[in-house]
Amino acid sequence: MPRKTLWAIVLLFTLAGCSAAPGTWGWYVIDPTTPAGYNNIRFLLNGFGATILLSVIAAALSMTIGLLVALPGMSSNRWIRLPSRVYIEFIRAIPLLPMLFWVFYGLPVVLKSIGINVSIDAFWGAIITLAISDSAFTAEIYRSGIQSISKGQTEAAKTVGLTYGQTMRYVILPQAIRRILPPLANQFIYIVKMSAFASVIGMQELTRRANELVVTEYRPLEIYTLLILEYLVLVLVISFFVRWLERKMEADESR
Amino acid sequence: MSEHSPAIKISALNKWYDRFHALKDIDLTVSHGERIVICGPSGSGKSTLIRCVNSLEAHDSGTITVDGIEMKDAASIYDIRAEVGMVFQQFNLFPHLTILQNLTLGPMKARGLSRAEAEARAMGYLERVRIPDQAQKKPRELSGGQQQRVAIARSLCMEPKIMLFDEPTSALDPEMISEVLDVIVDLAEEGMTMLVVTHEMGFARRAADRMIFMDEGQIIETAPPEEFFGAPKSERCQKFLSQILQH
Repeated sequence: MPRKTLWAIVLLFTLAGCSAAPGTWGWYVIDPTTPAGYNNIRFLLNGFGATILLSVIAAALSMTIGLLVALPGMSSNRWIRLPSRVYIEFIRAIPLLPMLFWVFYGLPVVLKSIGINVSIDAFWGAIITLAISDSAFTAEIYRSGIQSISKGQTEAAKTVGLTYGQTMRYVILPQAIRRILPPLANQFIYIVKMSAFASVIGMQELTRRANELVVTEYRPLEIYTLLILEYLVLVLVISFFVRWLERKMEADESR
Repeated sequence: MSEHSPAIKISALNKWYDRFHALKDIDLTVSHGERIVICGPSGSGKSTLIRCVNSLEAHDSGTITVDGIEMKDAASIYDIRAEVGMVFQQFNLFPHLTILQNLTLGPMKARGLSRAEAEARAMGYLERVRIPDQAQKKPRELSGGQQQRVAIARSLCMEPKIMLFDEPTSALDPEMISEVLDVIVDLAEEGMTMLVVTHEMGFARRAADRMIFMDEGQIIETAPPEEFFGAPKSERCQKFLSQILQH
């Protein structure tokens, strides 16, 4: 997002807060100069840690699962291709919230019935759900990126004796990564936003904290405005980081 | 075993692309050190034929034996590819690696050479294709002719017994064709067994022991170059030669 747009948004909320009729906005609830406001804002901002941790672990898992699903999906053997196709179509069809409920409330029961006795807490329930749900999309991103590398590269790798794994690792993936990275970053932004759903199973991340504070303070407008700005900051930081990474890869390439 | 078996023996080879019969009952035996040039109109199956030799294309029936190894499973294909080098029309260099890394990747990863050994070998072959000074550049910084010479050096680094050339000069600007052909002629003179698909008939006269003319998936004519160019037997071959030798 261009910097001007960002400032425009911030300015809009500030002006609205100052100039609107008395009673519309009440920023005191998160005014850091008062002890109560300071405590409130600290409570809200403390959600960053959980949201970030949740998103990073889920994204890392999703990228790993996605690659493991994508590779057999490109086999010339249709029986190797089939499970990958089924996984992607099936997972992609499940909305996030129902999957979250199923994983959190249902999965432990299923696991117990086959003799695995684990409890899944809100943190891991959210991570598992986000990772699996997102992996169907990352798998498709890997597939399109890898398939965009010309077949001649694989053939040349075969003629110099490389195995399938070596061809992927040394020839195809290093070239595909530059095409995969931007859409993968988009998916990461998507995960960050979708992590808000973890609030409904009791995970104390940004959204859950905002909800809890709204219940005690009765100032939903200000608190949810701040919540939106919190996500905005997170997403902007990620996009700046990705831009930087892309520029760095380009520079390495032209060296 | 390799002393007594031919370099390549192909019997009753057939290949279909869906319902298109690309190769029809091909029989071909290549002895060690023999240089064969394959020509024919486009779509005649000549590229498909040499791509079957190292199994870049799977065949549907018939047998292929390379240096005594019969092609039957993944392991035998892997062994055959270790004996066979290939040069492509589009070079297919690895664009993200330097020239030197292009040459050392195979020897290091597939043959287990140390970096020092692989680099020494690579520099040796870059000398032979006359571009040692380009070792640290990326492929796209080189001209087409240089890139193709790098591709030849990359194949040679695997020390193959047989080289396949699939229209090695067709993607090159005219002024770069001879620098690539000279390198291939050098190799031919050193006794490398090679199968070359090309329309460069001057090169064929210089380097080939045997000419093969293909049309519609079949070998129509096979003869030494003097005989092939002097007195082609089949009508199709006469027509083809008159078309490409006209200009």
